[in-house]
Amino acid sequence: MLSQKTKDTLLGPLNVNNPVVVQILGICSALAVTVQLKPALVMGIAVTIIVAMSNVIVSLIRKSIPMRVRIIVQLVVVAALVTLVSEILKAFAYDVAMQLSVYLGLIITNCILMGRLEAFAMTNNAWDSFLDGLGNGFGYALVLVIVAVVRELLGAGQLLGFQVIPESFYAAGYENNGMMLMPAMALILVGCIIWAHRAINDKEGK
Amino acid sequence: MKKLDTNGTVYTVVYSVVITIIVAVLLAVVSQALRPRQEANILLDKQKQILGALKIDYSTGDPAEIYLALVNDTLRYGEAGTKEYREVYVANLNGAVKYVLPLSGKGLWGGIGGYLALDEDKNTIYGTNFNHESETPGLGAKIVELPFRQQFEGKHIRNAAGEVVSVAVLKSGKHAEGQEQVDAISGATITSTGVSTMLQVNLAEYAEFLSELSAVSNQPSEEENVESVKEED
Repeated sequence: MLSQKTKDTLLGPLNVNNPVVVQILGICSALAVTVQLKPALVMGIAVTIIVAMSNVIVSLIRKSIPMRVRIIVQLVVVAALVTLVSEILKAFAYDVAMQLSVYLGLIITNCILMGRLEAFAMTNNAWDSFLDGLGNGFGYALVLVIVAVVRELLGAGQLLGFQVIPESFYAAGYENNGMMLMPAMALILVGCIIWAHRAINDKEGK
Repeated sequence: MKKLDTNGTVYTVVYSVVITIIVAVLLAVVSQALRPRQEANILLDKQKQILGALKIDYSTGDPAEIYLALVNDTLRYGEAGTKEYREVYVANLNGAVKYVLPLSGKGLWGGIGGYLALDEDKNTIYGTNFNHESETPGLGAKIVELPFRQQFEGKHIRNAAGEVVSVAVLKSGKHAEGQEQVDAISGATITSTGVSTMLQVNLAEYAEFLSELSAVSNQPSEEENVESVKEED
């Protein structure tokens, strides 16, 4: 159904060309939103939607963009989209908007957006750019979710706010690892993921 | 047709201007069109938070209706529109009068706020509700959760002499002199201190309300000389 190229565009960023662990983009927000699983999931979804949409828009107008101001034009597109989404959420899903308040703003500065716009959308057609956006969004979300699961599970004994580690463990002397709640742990975990990822892919010769 | 030179100076300037205008108009239109809905949401959110401070479960009914049924009076202090303007909401829970004081302060990353519900004696804390703009999830953001909020219930904001001294938020193990205290959130020192400071500062600003005897009046008071309330550290 999908040609090889389309498949690569969509699925490549999940593994071989992952935006976080291979392209090393978006590390900053990976630190900020991965203390708990829920904000990580929401951030992943939000970034996916915004990357896909801005990729399409920039791809559609790419031939008209003057080279000298292209970065500014890309930034305007992203910022306008994020502002629109935030306004719409405030009007129709106020609770979600309140939870997202910081992260929505963070999306504008997420390097994945500018990176994909500059590297892909400026030179490819709208459909491929859309797939590239989805793929990179998912790839980003995947890493965020892995880091967040580890941090929330070991740091608070919970997942999505539900207690996972039973009380009997705590009674037996188990303690939550407070280190996991610190931003530095996110960086170390991302490092571990990059290590594992490289080791596996090297073995397979990718 | 000659191909348009997309790198010329004139084109670049015109393009930038046009893009800016399009985006500006789009955002302005959307913002205007959605404003009434957003404001309705903000009001509803405020009513829900006040109900939260009053420990009312609104999940089964219409929060706005429940709010209107319970909160039947607003006390106003200072001139509307000025920084000194304060509102105190008066709720009637099965005959018991509760006062709800809006709070605002600073956390680690951004503003924090909340509502403090006091019993009729203007001393005992009935309930609290906190909110924040951007505290760290899992750390400072825990101020909105029940275990933190419930610590305040039953605490007193006055000392034995009747002076308003607020309630301190302190790491467990530390002791406050001359005031009651609750436990801070571990790992979120700055947010916890922010809550402590917010209570202290805001309660001082409600001096006029707190110094009044608990007679309920709806008249905007314009007295300039409010009996100053001494603060102890």
